Amino acid sequence: MAMEWQVFCKDTLTSEIVSGCLGSGRDSTYLNWIFKAWGWTVGVSLTALLVALLVGSIIGVIRTLPNSPWLTRFGNAWVELFRNIPLLVQIFLWYFVLPALIPAMKSLPSFVLVVLALGFFTSARIAEQVRAGIQALPKGQRYAGMALGFTTPQYYRYVILPMAYRIIIPPLTSESMNIFKNSAVAFAVSIPELTQFALQAGEETSRPIEIYLGVTVLYVISALVINRIMAFIEKRARVPGFVASGTGAGGH
Amino acid sequence: MNLDFSILNWSLIEGFILKGLWFSITLTIVATLGGILFGTILALMRLSGKKWLDVPAAIYVNGMRSVPLVMVILWFFLLVPFIIGRPIGAEYSAFITFIAFEAAYFSEIMRAGIQSIPRGQVYAGQAMGMTYGQNMKLVILPQAFRNMLPVLLTQTIILFQDTSLVYAIGAYDLLKGFETAGKNFGRPIEMYLTAAVLYFIICYSLSYVVKQLHKKIAIIR
Repeated sequence: MAMEWQVFCKDTLTSEIVSGCLGSGRDSTYLNWIFKAWGWTVGVSLTALLVALLVGSIIGVIRTLPNSPWLTRFGNAWVELFRNIPLLVQIFLWYFVLPALIPAMKSLPSFVLVVLALGFFTSARIAEQVRAGIQALPKGQRYAGMALGFTTPQYYRYVILPMAYRIIIPPLTSESMNIFKNSAVAFAVSIPELTQFALQAGEETSRPIEIYLGVTVLYVISALVINRIMAFIEKRARVPGFVASGTGAGGH
Repeated sequence: MNLDFSILNWSLIEGFILKGLWFSITLTIVATLGGILFGTILALMRLSGKKWLDVPAAIYVNGMRSVPLVMVILWFFLLVPFIIGRPIGAEYSAFITFIAFEAAYFSEIMRAGIQSIPRGQVYAGQAMGMTYGQNMKLVILPQAFRNMLPVLLTQTIILFQDTSLVYAIGAYDLLKGFETAGKNFGRPIEMYLTAAVLYFIICYSLSYVVKQLHKKIAIIR
């Protein structure tokens, strides 16, 4: 089967091959479009990762707080809720159900809704890692902080968290890569990211193989880049003698 | 807006939901069994110490793991009819995709499981005069399966959740059942909510069972 890579140089409106492959102004080629879609994938993933790290850290920390049974229960309920419903269903909840129940959410752009869905879904998984990281530390570290007269926020801030974050970088790496892959689910609510591009452009050009290959390569490149960045961070931040084990199987 | 669940009666469940639920469950079971079978073969290839077996298996596993499942579903939906020369339905293509995709994930679990068996056991088997195949079948794999059972089951729960992604190719699964019912009766919000609750109940109960099992296996070890 012959591949026709010129498909990427075609104008999206006239289907004529543009010399130089990149269109300008309003005439854009499929190459322009795929890069724009990649931008959306990266944008959605990185913003969702930020949300997930923030929320996941808070939930993870409150699940390990001493003498706060209700906070701990809330944290546990959060994790169970967000990891036992499929991501696609959660995206539908954020996109269709919540705006219908809470009128104020109707004005939110779909980018925000998808980022919240993906971020909260991943926050449950990151909360698990953060909790595991904190509990992997020897109890003595906590007591040492207390013995120094630190308050609870202080010994978390100065003793426990700096250690915990550094030892959970390996599992966080796979979560960051997962968030890129999971962002593909946003196609279902018409976010113009890579998978949505693949579906639309594959249909329009009747050359799905070339289009899917292009998209697949971009996903693989994204995963590799994230992996390298995290490996660099891990190397710089490694605590000798501490390796946190992941919680087993990962998501997709 | 007011929620109205009154449309959710037995005839709706029978007409729209059961078919989807049945498909999701069958897909989960078939993909788990097929995935474990091919995943174990891939794991054995990677641990064989022979480069010509290890390298292709590693490329396959890492390739599958670095691409979103939705893309893999679309790929197979496009390519399988192309290869076998006739169109197949979204449902059949989903079965093939999930077995192929999950094999990559299960193979990593099985590889970890096989590596968790102390080397001494391998040597003991060899000292008894067992061949490589006998040693694997009688000594290593049964223990690897038992040690990895909770992780394998956790992966199955994730797999069950992921079956909802066949939405991309329009297969009729549990989520699709609720969506169709919601559209037909003009109550999509209630149906999405019910779908979420049902998925939650199924996955939460399964993960509770896995947790209990994990405790039990931890005691045996």
